[in-house]
Amino acid sequence: MGHREGMEVSIAVSHAVQLARAEAIAAYPITPQTHIVEHLSGMVANGDLEAEFINVESEHSAMSACIGMSATGARTYTATSSQGLALMHEILFIASALRLPIVMTVANRALSGPLSIWNDHSDIMAAKDIGWIQIFVENGQEAFDHTIMAFKIAENSNVLIPTIINMDGFILTHVVEAHNFVDQDMVDAFLPGYHPRHTLDPKYPVTMGAFAMPEIYTEVKMKHQVTLMNSYEHIVKVWQEWGDRTGRRYQPVERYKTEGAKTLLLTMGCLGEVAEIAVDELRAAGEAVGLVKLRLWRPFPFADLRQALAGADLVIVCDRALSPGGAAPPVLAELRSAFYPLSSRPQMLGFIVGLGGRDVSPENFKDILKRAQEESSHGPTQEFYLYGVRG
Amino acid sequence: MEKFGVANSQKYDVYASRLMPREEFFTSGHRSCQGCGEALAVRWVCKAIGKDAIIAHATGCMEIVSSGFPQTAWMHPWIHVAFENTAAVASGIETALRILQRKGKLGTPPKVVAMGGDGATTDIGLQALSGAMERFHNFTYVCWDNEAYMNTGIQRSSSTPFGAMTTTSPPGKQSIGQSTWKKNMVAIAVAHGIPYVATASPSYPFDLYFKVKKAIETPGPAYIHILSVCPTGWRSATDLSVRLGRLAAETAVFPLYEVVEGRYRITIEVPKIRPIKDYLKPQGRFRHLREPEVNFIQQQILERYELLLKKCEAPYPEFPSLTPPEEGI
Ligand SMILES: Cc1ncc(C[n+]2csc(CCOP(=O)(O)OP(=O)(O)O)c2C)c(N)n1
Ligand code: SF4
Ligand SMILES: [Mg+2]
Repeated sequence: MGHREGMEVSIAVSHAVQLARAEAIAAYPITPQTHIVEHLSGMVANGDLEAEFINVESEHSAMSACIGMSATGARTYTATSSQGLALMHEILFIASALRLPIVMTVANRALSGPLSIWNDHSDIMAAKDIGWIQIFVENGQEAFDHTIMAFKIAENSNVLIPTIINMDGFILTHVVEAHNFVDQDMVDAFLPGYHPRHTLDPKYPVTMGAFAMPEIYTEVKMKHQVTLMNSYEHIVKVWQEWGDRTGRRYQPVERYKTEGAKTLLLTMGCLGEVAEIAVDELRAAGEAVGLVKLRLWRPFPFADLRQALAGADLVIVCDRALSPGGAAPPVLAELRSAFYPLSSRPQMLGFIVGLGGRDVSPENFKDILKRAQEESSHGPTQEFYLYGVRG
Repeated sequence: MEKFGVANSQKYDVYASRLMPREEFFTSGHRSCQGCGEALAVRWVCKAIGKDAIIAHATGCMEIVSSGFPQTAWMHPWIHVAFENTAAVASGIETALRILQRKGKLGTPPKVVAMGGDGATTDIGLQALSGAMERFHNFTYVCWDNEAYMNTGIQRSSSTPFGAMTTTSPPGKQSIGQSTWKKNMVAIAVAHGIPYVATASPSYPFDLYFKVKKAIETPGPAYIHILSVCPTGWRSATDLSVRLGRLAAETAVFPLYEVVEGRYRITIEVPKIRPIKDYLKPQGRFRHLREPEVNFIQQQILERYELLLKKCEAPYPEFPSLTPPEEGI
């Protein structure tokens, strides 16, 4: 089964979409998402992927066309980044409310202004409440695996919620890594064709996108919330099946050297691998530090997080986005909120790192750990820390 | 059907009504205002497109009056997504039908029709529409032009006529109301080099019916711009809606024509143009206009109509033939 091959992660993702037999793609170019859609265009042009690719005139239209394609019954994929995700914003909520299992890769990039093509999470954090399943990946292999799995999760008849795979722009999209590929037979067995119950079909006409009066709007939102939270068990099941077939196992919350750790770092996306190096070095020096990586962002994995952070006194939440004027950066805000009702909880300090593509090194993480422990010992001097900022 | 084609339909008006399908696809019970010309247009368009069609509709009056959950007035498969993206949604539907057919999951694909108001079409959705026409999707776009954003309370759009009062183009000491000329959306559609473009009015139902039929049978994009009298926004009597539609054609304010592969042709001839007053007078939205302004509008309307007639006489089409060579390229 499968083979191992080195290639750019974006290209590997496009192969994952090909293996998933996506039927309809609508996309608009934006750095650093471009390589994914360029390769998909090439596959369609050469007949290597039996699909239609629409070169739409904007991301707003990309998501709108995806809704049309998915509602008609085609397995639908798109990819975007930053300004493109922001331009789609309005339509993202409607895609999930219509319960259309679109799969989208977001190559995470800073939002303007100032314009920056480089990586952070400000694009997706501005879209955290769109009602989609949202997953963060850490390396090329994960990007490949989760792209295929996303279709199976989204299309489950008990889920039917569109799904975003977040991968860090450039740091992940543009690096060459070795990937373990899976073969088409395996994917076909894992992911059968898409056969939705309701489509736009003159034989069984339905009205989609009716408006809601106050008597029903809250109930519709409640149903969405309950389904999104319940999607957790299906997500875990799909990951489990993938693990059984490939040996590559994924958890909503991953732990790295957390045993006995009194201080924990928490990261999302590919910073996890950098933080691992720092943890390795500090552990070797005898410090009780560990790392927790949040893979599943929506639905928010309360239980896993509460378990993973249970033994710690101090948790350092590393956000890659700012919530200007807000109480805390987005991930810290949610974690504090999730832990507040508990009678015993670790102290949580927030460090914002890597905005607009600023590099984050293992040394930085060690420095952050040191500073956080100091701050913790005498009581925090700030609500959160914009790490490494000058002036 | 051909012998009752568009040109002939008016001569056979008396028979044409018997050829019209009795089946209703836009059913009664929706909540449009009394005398709504837009609802009348929807009803006729839906009859013309027939059963085998999928509709994407923009936010606006016709969406709001027809689709309050759990009710619907639509017998077609129908989807509403947002205000400015209907052409893009229709692009997606048409594209999905194509791939599903190619993969053997679908027989003959149904027709795809996108619908939106003048605001959804000529303003906020112009980009999505331009993109869809340029990409040459096989779909028909129908614009309900009631010359303002009616759903949100009669605000001006780029399709609002010069001089008209709306809630955001009010006449005042320093304003005569709408100060710009109505955007020529038909010319914009024609400039995309699409095979079929037409104006229509529910006051001429058979002309409208045959144009829509032609549009949906045309491979590639088609665009139909329908003047839809709105008594609420136009401040006109509710029993005058059909009459006002006819006056719009008879005064040459809204000529009825089609553009087939770039060639213009008037479909409803107006032997003698009536004075513009006849059209303006019954409408409260023009009540503030004084004689010099009315004269200005009169002169502009006639000039524009002359230009349209010249286009109809042009010995050459607006763009080269779209028919691809038989052997492929
Ligand atoms: C992005 C966005 N902006 C504004 C609105 C508010 N809005 C809803 S319908 C409408 C006007 C519709 O006008 P038109 O397209 O002419 O249709 P009509 O109601 O006149 O038939 C507006 C402004 C919206 N729904 N979405
Ligand atoms: S406001 Fe005008 S267009 Fe809207 S429903 Fe009423 S009459 Fe029809
Ligand atoms: Mg309007």
